[in-house]
Amino acid sequence: MSVAALLRHRDAALALIIAALIGAIGLRAPVFVTPESLTGVLTDTSFLFMLTLAQMAVILTRGIDLSVAANLALTGMIAALASRAAPGLPVVGIIGLSVALGAALGALNGAFVAFVGIPPIVVTLGTLSIYRGVIFLIAGGAWLTSKDMNTAFLAFPKSTLFGAPILIVIAALVSLFFWALLNHSRIGRGLYAVGGNPVAARYCGIDLRVQQFLVYTLAGAVSGLCGYLWVSRYGIAYTDIAQGYELTIIAACVIGGVSIAGGVGSVPGALLGALFLGIVVNALPVINVSPFWQMLISGAVILGAVVINARSERRTGKLILRGARTTDKGARA
Amino acid sequence: MSLSDAKPSPRYAVADRAPRRLSDFLLRWETILVVLLIGVVVVNALISPFFLDFYNLSDATFNFSEKAILALAMTLLIIVRDIDLSIAAIIALASLAMGMAAQAGAPTLALIAIGLAVGVLCGAFNGALVTGFGLPSIVVTIGTMSLFRGIAQVTLGDQAITKYPASFEAIGQGYISDRAPIPISFVLFLVLAVVFGIVLHRTIIGRKLFAIGANPVAALFSGIAVNRIRFWLFVLMGLMAGLAAVLLTGRIGSTRPNIALGFELEVVTMVVLGGVSIAGGAGTILGVALAVFVLGLTTFGLSLVNVPGIVISILNGALLIVSISAPVVVSRLLRGRT
Repeated sequence: MSVAALLRHRDAALALIIAALIGAIGLRAPVFVTPESLTGVLTDTSFLFMLTLAQMAVILTRGIDLSVAANLALTGMIAALASRAAPGLPVVGIIGLSVALGAALGALNGAFVAFVGIPPIVVTLGTLSIYRGVIFLIAGGAWLTSKDMNTAFLAFPKSTLFGAPILIVIAALVSLFFWALLNHSRIGRGLYAVGGNPVAARYCGIDLRVQQFLVYTLAGAVSGLCGYLWVSRYGIAYTDIAQGYELTIIAACVIGGVSIAGGVGSVPGALLGALFLGIVVNALPVINVSPFWQMLISGAVILGAVVINARSERRTGKLILRGARTTDKGARA
Repeated sequence: MSLSDAKPSPRYAVADRAPRRLSDFLLRWETILVVLLIGVVVVNALISPFFLDFYNLSDATFNFSEKAILALAMTLLIIVRDIDLSIAAIIALASLAMGMAAQAGAPTLALIAIGLAVGVLCGAFNGALVTGFGLPSIVVTIGTMSLFRGIAQVTLGDQAITKYPASFEAIGQGYISDRAPIPISFVLFLVLAVVFGIVLHRTIIGRKLFAIGANPVAALFSGIAVNRIRFWLFVLMGLMAGLAAVLLTGRIGSTRPNIALGFELEVVTMVVLGGVSIAGGAGTILGVALAVFVLGLTTFGLSLVNVPGIVISILNGALLIVSISAPVVVSRLLRGRT
């Protein structure tokens, strides 16, 4: 396959790069490519898989949700507090509570974006501070450790289903849900339409406001689910968990080919973007590189990815507008 | 965002002429901010007897002057529809460079020059990527944010640089004179605010920025060098980040990899609360300066009565959302539609 053909199959190219990356790491540290180690990488990355998909749905509508990590931390803290207050509460109940709570927090974003008409970046910047502050308030600044959580609460993320870690199973189910939603449902196709051309979407009878409200609520629900899983997996809840994770999630989207301008992005692409970052994070200690390098590498990768995205997007743009020149390309923010 | 909001809300309206009616004046965003500011001062003065103390208020400006300086340049960027999320990382990198130079025994003036130069280089890098490749600035600067802070992290590890000449620390910690104990950083902010205000509201350059923000394509076709101007705005943002790095490094007397962490979101909050449209094309320096005081004095007042910083952030977040939603909701209710 020629380079140009690969560029057109962006997901395939990214998958090849990831395979090469795994191979290169394997050459230096064969222990990394054992099934156990790779399963560990997938388990570690499951949060990023789910949150990247949720963020992609938001970005498809030309929005952005900066509050997902704060939402995760808040629902995680409330799940831990609820479990401490009512040790008899089954894990299913905790998960239901977390998803509902996360969805409610996301719906708050959605209401301001969709029905008041405040720009998403402003709303979610505000709720980001609010949610973080509320964690401090409700916990009184305290840390909840595994001693405050009961065994069932802690055991669930470490359990397995059909031999696979439950976190991977949940991430797979969430991915399947997003794939069905985005590719095979009226609502999902509407998200692409709204992001691709809001005016045309409106003439097709798609209500932008309903779409926006739905995606922010959905992003909240996924954050809530991850909130419980995060806190129970790491056995700790405090104000700053997952601080700055929202930017890692957006980075995964960008690497996965999701266009920040909306309307472009696929489930496999987003998953590969998340996997790429997950591998980088997990491989550094294995090949004896200081974890301090992690930030620098992800920064360089994000920049590389956007530059490549921009070139491939320009190419398709010319194909559609045959002969016409996209003069406004550089002027658009 | 939605298609129905063809009518601009009061905060984003760009006046073609001076307001004539009283209601025009009252509905201006700056007026709302002044009312908000008076409210903050009154509430704080009631809560704590130490709030309305000249020395206290003067020292309180230390905590927000660096961010306020960043907010000025960010205002211009957001007006032309761009954003720079890497400013805090630029501060980290500039601080690192100054720290290394200080360890090598560089004098204060050289340290300042190095800090500003690193800022300018980082800004130019952002600007080149955004305008040269036609990339969205939010994505580019999320990338460079990781890159710049990553470099600082790799170089410093878990170490800190704390050896700075006293005359360098005096810039961030000092007052303009003994008789007038006003921090140098605050005076710098005031001077820069006036300069930025004049450039934005009284010069051709300023009108060009609004034109680009309102419609970049139309601006390009009317002969404005859109990309060149955007590039230099990123350089300016970098320069201001370098300046903030000089002040902040001097004030706290140390360089750590996590220096200025989270500044970018606080600065964007200041700018948006100041009435600058995140969609570009509208905003005033006066509004941003007022928002700086509203946020700065809220933080100061609450910390006087021992409210933890993280709780104050709830209030700042709520302030941002409510103050921007309120005019929209109120005008809808007045018009009698949902």
